Amino acid sequence: MTKTLNNKAWLLVLPVFLIVAFSAVLPLMTVVNYSVQDTFGNNQFFWNGVGWFQELLDPSTDLGGRFFDSLWRTLLFSAIILLIEVPLGIAVALSMPREGWTVALSLVLMALPLLIPWNVVGTIWQVFARSDIGLLGWVVNHLGIDYNYTGDPLDAWITIIVMDVWHWTSLVALLCYAGLKSIPDAYYQAARIDGASRWAVFRTIQLPKMRRVLLIAVLLRFMDSFMIYTEPFVLTGGGPGNATTFLSIDLVKLALGQFDLGKAAAMSLVYNLIILAICWVFYTIMTNVDAQKERAEA
Amino acid sequence: MARITLDHLAHAYKPNPQAPQDYALKEINHVWSQGGAYALLGPSGCGKTTLLNIISGLVRPTRGRILFDDRDVTDLPTEARNIAQVFQFPVVYDTMTVRENLAFPLKNRHVPRDKTAQRVEEIARLLDLTSVLNRKASNLTADMKQKISLGRGLVRPDVAAILFDEPLTVIDPHLKWQLRSTLKEIHRALDITMIYVTHDQTEALTFADKVVVMHDGAVVQTGTPDELFERPAHTFVGHFIGSPGMNILPCRVEGATAYLGNESVALQRGYRSLPGTDRIELGIRPEFVRLQPKGTGLPVRIRRIDDIGRARIARVEMNGRVLAASVPENLSVSGDEAGLHLDPHHIHIYADGHLVAGEALGGHAT
Repeated sequence: MTKTLNNKAWLLVLPVFLIVAFSAVLPLMTVVNYSVQDTFGNNQFFWNGVGWFQELLDPSTDLGGRFFDSLWRTLLFSAIILLIEVPLGIAVALSMPREGWTVALSLVLMALPLLIPWNVVGTIWQVFARSDIGLLGWVVNHLGIDYNYTGDPLDAWITIIVMDVWHWTSLVALLCYAGLKSIPDAYYQAARIDGASRWAVFRTIQLPKMRRVLLIAVLLRFMDSFMIYTEPFVLTGGGPGNATTFLSIDLVKLALGQFDLGKAAAMSLVYNLIILAICWVFYTIMTNVDAQKERAEA
Repeated sequence: MARITLDHLAHAYKPNPQAPQDYALKEINHVWSQGGAYALLGPSGCGKTTLLNIISGLVRPTRGRILFDDRDVTDLPTEARNIAQVFQFPVVYDTMTVRENLAFPLKNRHVPRDKTAQRVEEIARLLDLTSVLNRKASNLTADMKQKISLGRGLVRPDVAAILFDEPLTVIDPHLKWQLRSTLKEIHRALDITMIYVTHDQTEALTFADKVVVMHDGAVVQTGTPDELFERPAHTFVGHFIGSPGMNILPCRVEGATAYLGNESVALQRGYRSLPGTDRIELGIRPEFVRLQPKGTGLPVRIRRIDDIGRARIARVEMNGRVLAASVPENLSVSGDEAGLHLDPHHIHIYADGHLVAGEALGGHAT
């Protein structure tokens, strides 16, 4: 057998290579380039080596302290979001109707928050939660609770979390609902015959069957909340003080507010690496689940 | 242990059923005796699964009652009935081991642990699952999973009846026989009523002592496999059971003679009081229709001859009607014309699809 060498196929993938190069590789390389340099404006750059990275990863420096503050804030936010939205999403999915005309209705209602542009969500809550003219803020204050998200860090956090729960729980619920729908009726019937309680049905049938979609839901919600920018930016602008300055907001402040391109580039690279690492962990877990399943079916 | 009585049972899935066609299950009265092996046989959508789900309590009937012995259980939920059900697709609890799966119904009923363990061992031995008891149930093959489903039913000491809803659908053909004989052995060993739903006549006829044939929401005949073969009570049964099914030919009957077009066939019984209907049919199984050389019997044209292994079946045409006939071993056919002999002992007459008994021909025959 002779091997036919034909390199024409490269021409066919060339457009894709070019698009990826211009949309991903080149901008990323620019960031890498910035991250090892310093500038004082006038488009003059000086070599700084790994200086920014050293500073960034050392919490005792200004930059490092700021970075780690934002990082912990973001991680805390993601953790809270997951702890609320995943159980709530499962609960909502379990109580959604499974047949009849109410199915379509509830699906549309659930999808509604997902269809609203992110900065509109921010604006809605920005007005809704205002203590002077916002319905929510006004009512809460008139109930005798001192609530002001623009002045009190805790109130700001609560508002952002409630907003995110309102915006994104539907996604978890819809994914779980899809998982639940795929369970054949026979499972529920068998469980009834076996005398299983409601809790046992959830533990032994529904949860195991939802495992895969749940992993996807957790991954999506983690990534989204870890990279959240638009809504808190519109709602609080990262304040009061730095109370709701998450990594993405901090990054924009650094890059576009202070125009510290080198620091911002280093920060965005580290940010990127953290996301990639977590993605990889999730991917490994998911493929492990798949492999287990395959072994089970073999 | 119980006798199961269906008393004027009917079910409709839509609310306010009026006409008979609104009912998925038309009125049925039936007694399943304790320890019997029954098959519910019928094509898809004939209501057999509905009936099964009513017995197990998954569906509440629109009308009528269901009794276990003399106790009315119509309003009792599934878990309160002593019924187990095995479904078409094997249901196992994926996260549990085989042992935990088998113990699950007992655990839910708060049976003491040592008693549960002992019972699980017993059932596992019976079903040949002992060697896999500690394995994850999700890792097993479909037939093993079906055995586990069955085991979850058998493990309950109070179970009166086990219902099977087409349990062999997803099982490999060579394992079907094995699993079916396991079922038969268990039936013999445990004296449990078994009701087996299927659309496969071989499964039904080999499994059951009594077969209930359903068609279009109604029971058309209940009987032993022999009865269903020898005396189908309805043309549907004749056609549905047997392979190929019964030949059904429109005819005209006068006394003890049937007229098929211009040809006449002598009958063994008289039919003087046939119901006044246009639909009179003659039914005879291909096994009792014999192909003969041309010039004898009823003249037919041969369309083709199929060799089905143990016999040859001819498809022949008579007066534009196609029927199946058996070809005797020593008969060699040349050309496409032949004669047909109908065994008069096995001819049945049907009016509007229902078997007409007819009168024995005595001395005063016409």
